Order: sequence, then structure tokens, then C-alpha cells
Amino acid sequence: MSTPTVASLPTTGPARLAWALADTWVVARRHLLRLVRRPDELLGTLLIPVMAVAMFGFVFGDAFGTAMSVPGDEYREFLLPGLFALTMAFGIGSTTVATAADARGGVLDRMRTLPMSPTAVLAGRALADLLTAVVELVVLMALGLLFGWQGHAGAGAFLAALGLLLLLRAAFSWIGILLGLLVSGPESAMKYFSLVFPLAMVADTVVPTSLMPGWLAVPAEWNPLSATVIATRELFGNPADPAASWPAEHAVALAVAWPLAVTAVATALALGRLRRLSR
Amino acid sequence: MTTAADHEPAVLAEGLRKTYPGRGTALDGLDLAVAPGTVHGLLGPNGAGKTTAVRILATLLRFDAGHARVAGRDVSADPAGVRARIGVAGQYAAVDEVLSGRQNLEMFARLHRMRARAARRRTTDLLERFDLDAAADRPVRQYSGGMRRRLDLAVSLIRSPLVLFLDEPTTGLDPRSRSEVWSAVRELAAAGTTVVLTTQYLEEADRLATRISLIDRGRVVAEGSPTDLKSRLGGSRVEVVVPVGHDLRAASGTLSAALGTPPDVDPAARKVSFPVHGGGEVLARLAPALDRTGLQVADVALLRPDLDEVFLHLTGGPGHQGLAHQGTPHEGTGP
Repeated sequence: MSTPTVASLPTTGPARLAWALADTWVVARRHLLRLVRRPDELLGTLLIPVMAVAMFGFVFGDAFGTAMSVPGDEYREFLLPGLFALTMAFGIGSTTVATAADARGGVLDRMRTLPMSPTAVLAGRALADLLTAVVELVVLMALGLLFGWQGHAGAGAFLAALGLLLLLRAAFSWIGILLGLLVSGPESAMKYFSLVFPLAMVADTVVPTSLMPGWLAVPAEWNPLSATVIATRELFGNPADPAASWPAEHAVALAVAWPLAVTAVATALALGRLRRLSR
Repeated sequence: MTTAADHEPAVLAEGLRKTYPGRGTALDGLDLAVAPGTVHGLLGPNGAGKTTAVRILATLLRFDAGHARVAGRDVSADPAGVRARIGVAGQYAAVDEVLSGRQNLEMFARLHRMRARAARRRTTDLLERFDLDAAADRPVRQYSGGMRRRLDLAVSLIRSPLVLFLDEPTTGLDPRSRSEVWSAVRELAAAGTTVVLTTQYLEEADRLATRISLIDRGRVVAEGSPTDLKSRLGGSRVEVVVPVGHDLRAASGTLSAALGTPPDVDPAARKVSFPVHGGGEVLARLAPALDRTGLQVADVALLRPDLDEVFLHLTGGPGHQGLAHQGTPHEGTGP
């Protein structure tokens, strides 16, 4: 064994930032390596939207299309942006479970004893989630093209839509990290996963709000997910929900504001929770 | 390193108190001073506060009152400074189950602020040192319990720490893995690392630790070297087994006269024993006495009390769950 050494810690502001970023990347890389070793996890995340494309697109698609007085093909064009956002929301499940498993299993404790940036302990997971989301979206879009969905927009609008979806994923990622630190373990994280369904469905994702009863349409219109879905439909040049409402008219602004606000609050709470683990 | 840090204890705790809300007092004024380069054992039953003490010293847990310094740094004022100087290995192997042993070591090496190349080199060294090179690229979930524990220990030694905290490092290990962990701990201490280890195993504390703190109900009830602690009971005993065919009564009389103490006779086992003070010189006095009387003995032994007895003696008897013996299954001690 070698003689004991001391890790050098950054002292200046820029050095601390570089330190936090480097550590964030190391932690993100860990989660990506896990995905490479267990691709079934990624497949599991993708299975829900793929099934949804099949179910909603083809089983209910023509019925919804008839109800909206549009052909089934047009409904599927309407549907895909909803499923993109839905996939971003469902990602919260794996984030929460993985964070809870780290908290229970001791990896989080080990990281807390290392000379690493405390922010990076959590931010690494958020970064990995965003990179995973890019892969998920690429796969879904390829599948969408197969099912008759098209992005009619130019590169700029396309990238803007992608950005909005990733922003939404960031919000759900940080909520997932926060919840993972709060629940007692991965099992209870899984137990509560179904709660994400009303959030994902009572929105302008799969069923247009114009087909919902009034008492359901209002929360659906104000659902942060709806803002992202409507904004991305607009950017992709896909058919929109004919229902008009204030949030729908300001969808792009809300699609930026909602996730940013949620991410800011959830990040602050999660980092606070991490500090309070030592109580 | 400053010279001040060289002279102060590697680990210093004074009057540490910790109460978990709703779960009562875990530490009730714990004092600890560990000399640099030694192995210090925290020995006590489940729930005595050993794990809480280690978690506090490793900056994982804040304390309510008292004072703690590790490697010359104040635990509450400079936790980052402490983290740059310590290694921690827990009861549960805190490594990523999905990644391979190599991937785990490289990741934690990077988080120890090592450059990529240095991290790879150190990883290779540690895999070899802990006999994990054959399994280096297999996922950790396929490892045996012993391999996992060795990996956990290797991770805690990525940067040879000034102070290494080991929380029940051999719990649940087979004898071979256990002795491997022990020899690693001895090597570390020889290279200058201070080791603080918690254990419920008397044998482990006895064989590994230079000094032992016996902990009960959140405080240190006795401290000293293993030999010190055993002699606290005051008493060694000499035990002579008299073979069949010899007069047990006559033998006990002869020995009693030679040693000057009243005998304690166990006719069924044909054992005569005497409380004695001191050690080897008693045997020196006993030998000529046996010689003179021509008494044949089957067995002579000088018995010291074991740590178990010391523990029961100091904590006022087996009023609560006692110490575990090596190999006894037990549950974890919680956070």
C-alpha cells in the first residue's frame, strides 16, 4: 500500500465550477454506462410510447379522428408530439427509482464522503437523463416517420421543438431526483409511479382537450405538459387541437416558463434535501 | 502537512452527542482519541452507537453537541477538508451493481480528482492487489460477497487515505475473505494510514486493533489495548487438570500451598484452578511445586478473561443484547 495522500480541492470560483462540471460528467457517464450494460432499461422506457403509438394511433386513432372530424392519419400526426412529451414525463419513473436505489444502497453515501462537488452528485443524473432523452426522442421520431408522422418544419423550428422537449425532461428529471431522495426506497418509488398517468393524460397529449368535459378541460389546458405539446405541434407543423384557451395561445412562452420554474424549484429542494440527509 | 497535524490525534472526538428525532439518543457523550498510524477498534453490541460515531466522523451525519477533528480538520467547520483525507467502507458494499469492478474503480478515482490516466493506472493496481483482476470486467452483481467487500475496500483506498473508517468490514464474510481484509488493514496501518474500525467481533478487535474502545449506549465504557482491557477484570487463573488415578484432593492441597491461594476444585472435570495475579511467573512457581510432589498433570493453562467477560463486567451484566461471536448472523445497525 502506498503512503497516504490528500486530495487537492479547488479554491477559486472558476476552478470550483470546472470541478462541479467535471464531476457532473463523471456521474452522468456512470448512468450512461449502466444503460449500455442494461439496455433493457432504455427499452422499458421506450415501450410505453411505442405501445401508445400502436394503441392510440391505430386502435383508437380512427375513432378519435372521427370525433375530431379528421382522418386517422391526421390524428396520428396530432398524436406523436403528445407522445414525445409523454415520454419525457414518464422518464420520471426511472429517475426516481435510480435515485432512491442509490440513497438506500449506499452509493449516495459513498459519494457524500468523497472530495467531490455536492451538486454534481445529483446533477450527473439529470445530465444523463437529458442525453438519454435525446436517444429516446430520436427512436420515437424514427418510429413516427414510419407511422406517417412528419416534422414539416425547418431545422431551426425542429431544434427549438427538441429543446422544449428536453426542457420538459429536465423538469421531470429534477422532480424525480427530489422524490427519489424523499421516498423510503425504490419499491415505494415504483408504487407511486402510476400517479404520473393523470398528469400525462389530463393534458393535450393523446385526447384533444376539445373532446374533454369542461371540468377536465380546464386543468388539462393549464397542465404544463399541454404547453410543451401545443408548442411542439406548432413548431413541427403538426395539426393542433382546435380548442382555444389562454394557455394554448401562449403555449411557446409557457413551454419555456413552466419547466424552467419547476426545474429551479425542484433543484433547490433536491439540493436542500441532500444537505439535510446529514441531520 | 503541517507539523501541528502530525502531533495531534488522527481522530479526536470529545463529548459527541447525537439524538435521532423519535428514535432516542445514539451518542451520549462519546470521547475518542486515535493516535496516527494505529488501528483503533470500536467494539460494542448492535445499537451501541458505533455506526453513528463513524458516520459523524466521516461527515455523513451532523452531531448535536461536542467536538470532532479528523486528520487535523474540524468535522463541522471543514467537512470538505476531512473528505479530502479520509476513506470510508461500509457494512453494505456501496458500489454500483450494474457496472464492472473496473468501471466502479475508475469512476470513483475520477471523483477523487484523479486524471483519467492516473485513475486507470490506480484501478489496475487495486484490482491486482485485491485479487479482482480476473473478474474486473464482470458486473458487480455477479460478484460473491467477499469479492464485493474487497471491491468496496479497494474503492475506499483509491487515494491512500490518512484516516480510513471501516464499518463492520468483515460482517458476513467467509474466513478466507476475512483474513484477506485483515491483512489489508495491517498493511495500510504499516504504510501510515490510521484505521478506525467498528466490529461486533471480539476476535477481530483482539487481533487487529492496537487499542479498543468498548462502546455501550452511546458512550465509551472502557478503553485500552486488548491486553489492558482483559487485565481490568483483575484476574487471570491457573488451571490444572489432574489425570485419573491421582488424588485430586492431595494435588489441590499441594498446589494451594505452593501458590498461596485457596483452590477451586471441579471434581467432574478433574480441574483445580487458582485465581492468580501476574502472568508468567506464576507458572514458574508452579513448575517446581509440581516437580517436588511428583504430580502428573494432564494439562496446565494460564487463562486470561476474554473481552466478552470484560464487556459484560463493564456494562453490568447481560442486561441487553451482548456481543456477537464471529460467524453469528446479525442484522445491520441502521444509519
